Amino acid sequence: MLEVIDVRKRFGTTEILKGVDLRVERGSVVCLLGRSGSGKSTLLRCVNHLETIDGGQILIDGRYIGYERRGDRLFEIREREIARRRSEIGMVFQRFNLFANLTAWENVALAPARVRRLAAGQARSRAMDLLDRVGLADKAHLYPNQLSGGQQQRVAIARALAMDPKLMLFDEPTSALDPELVAEVLAVMLDLAHDGMTMIVVTHELGFARKAADRVVMMDDGVIVEDAPPSVVFHHPAHASTRAFLAHWADHSAGTEKK
Amino acid sequence: MADTVTTDAPKRGERSSDLRIVPLRHWGRIPLGLAVLAALALFLYALAVNPNIKWGVVAEHLTAPAILRGVGVTILLTVASMLIGIVLGVVTAVLRGSDNPVLAYLARGYIWAFRGTPVLVQLIFWYNLGLLFPTIGLPVPLVAEVWVVETNTVITGFTAALLGLGLNAGAYMAEIVRAGLVAVDPGQSEAALAVGMTKGQTLRAIVLPQALRVIVPPTGNEVITMLKTSALVSVISGSDLLTTAQTIYSRNFHVIELLIVVSIWYIALTSILTAGQWALERRLAPGRTVRSTSRREARRA
Repeated sequence: MLEVIDVRKRFGTTEILKGVDLRVERGSVVCLLGRSGSGKSTLLRCVNHLETIDGGQILIDGRYIGYERRGDRLFEIREREIARRRSEIGMVFQRFNLFANLTAWENVALAPARVRRLAAGQARSRAMDLLDRVGLADKAHLYPNQLSGGQQQRVAIARALAMDPKLMLFDEPTSALDPELVAEVLAVMLDLAHDGMTMIVVTHELGFARKAADRVVMMDDGVIVEDAPPSVVFHHPAHASTRAFLAHWADHSAGTEKK
Repeated sequence: MADTVTTDAPKRGERSSDLRIVPLRHWGRIPLGLAVLAALALFLYALAVNPNIKWGVVAEHLTAPAILRGVGVTILLTVASMLIGIVLGVVTAVLRGSDNPVLAYLARGYIWAFRGTPVLVQLIFWYNLGLLFPTIGLPVPLVAEVWVVETNTVITGFTAALLGLGLNAGAYMAEIVRAGLVAVDPGQSEAALAVGMTKGQTLRAIVLPQALRVIVPPTGNEVITMLKTSALVSVISGSDLLTTAQTIYSRNFHVIELLIVVSIWYIALTSILTAGQWALERRLAPGRTVRSTSRREARRA
């Protein structure tokens, strides 16, 4: 359902993505690993057109998100149309980014009401259902600053689900959390994976990758260096940088966190 | 341990509760305070018995219809020019951050010009607009001007005051609003875009409401400043409080009395605005969300 073909992205003179190819099948879970600066987050942000690309193509169900093809050129399309297509992709951020001026349920109900023009009562009851699904029905009336990091991130997941996305992008969803709060967020993500959601997860949680991922993709310096099922990547890493990465983060996952 | 006079250690059989704690005494404060109060009393007495101030005239003019009308104009000018200023400020601040370089530079240019010249000069300039453009109209090229008026019939003291004060306030408000917009975490708009909202929806539903916390306190200051700045329109016969008082004392020569009347009104209005600003800031204070939530939950219960 997602095809990333030879995607390139520059910031100024530094090339962040140097020709990335990636396919994600419907219902599959792909974990993106890599050192910081390897381009994983940029790739996610290109997928829902939060960043424009400098070359290549990104297709979802055979369509571009931010572009329209005329002849051999890709023209960036109008903002309203991008917004409409983007609403089919959910995104969860490292720093949650819950709307600080809205309560938990309002965070979840806002986009369905404003973008999908759902009636207020309907948007609200759906929001309540989704909060219930992430185990936060009793926190619906609290503002983000009254919630713990783990609760905020679960609300953020509910907010993304509210638009019935075909694809969910997770950008290091547990990296900003206190260690004891990581598990509750991963549990919600595991549930989603079991329910058949198509997911791309940038993470350092090797345990989650092992349990939930159909494929583990390793990025290094703007290219994909490894793309295989977790059992293969974890036991027979093909690339030196993968071995170094796994050694470092295996310690972390074992609980001996490095400071 | 031997008992000596220099030790602070408790004496045998003594309880701490027997000791009294005495704060440092500031003996100098009392005479100094009395001296200042005496000087103030002396000054007020001198004012009260000054034969050059006819307090009866002050009392008589404090609620004179002409003065009340002047107060009304001053309030109207303050409110109207602040409304113009806030609308212009929001628009200018948004344009300044626009992707269109022409609009962005236009906004910068506006702020630069109107903050860079004294508001007094701007007021006199608008009042004399007729010297620059004798008529104002909507020209339709090649046909004729469909709607033309004499500039001097449109530009009265009041409209010139409104233009001058409003456009000036807009330039200052633009910077205040921009500071508010910049203070909102960019992650907020990113998250709004990611759920499929347009830039306009994001601005209205997410960014502006959060920017308000930063924008409101300095805006309150601007309102209070505007109340007093509006006295400048007396130079273009703006028919405000000060203009009215000047007209009256040019006839009866009770200059000081009328200036006292004017000052009483300004200080009263400023006090009201200060109280309002205080109340508004309390509502927007960071603790607000907690309280409004508990109130909401109390209602639900």
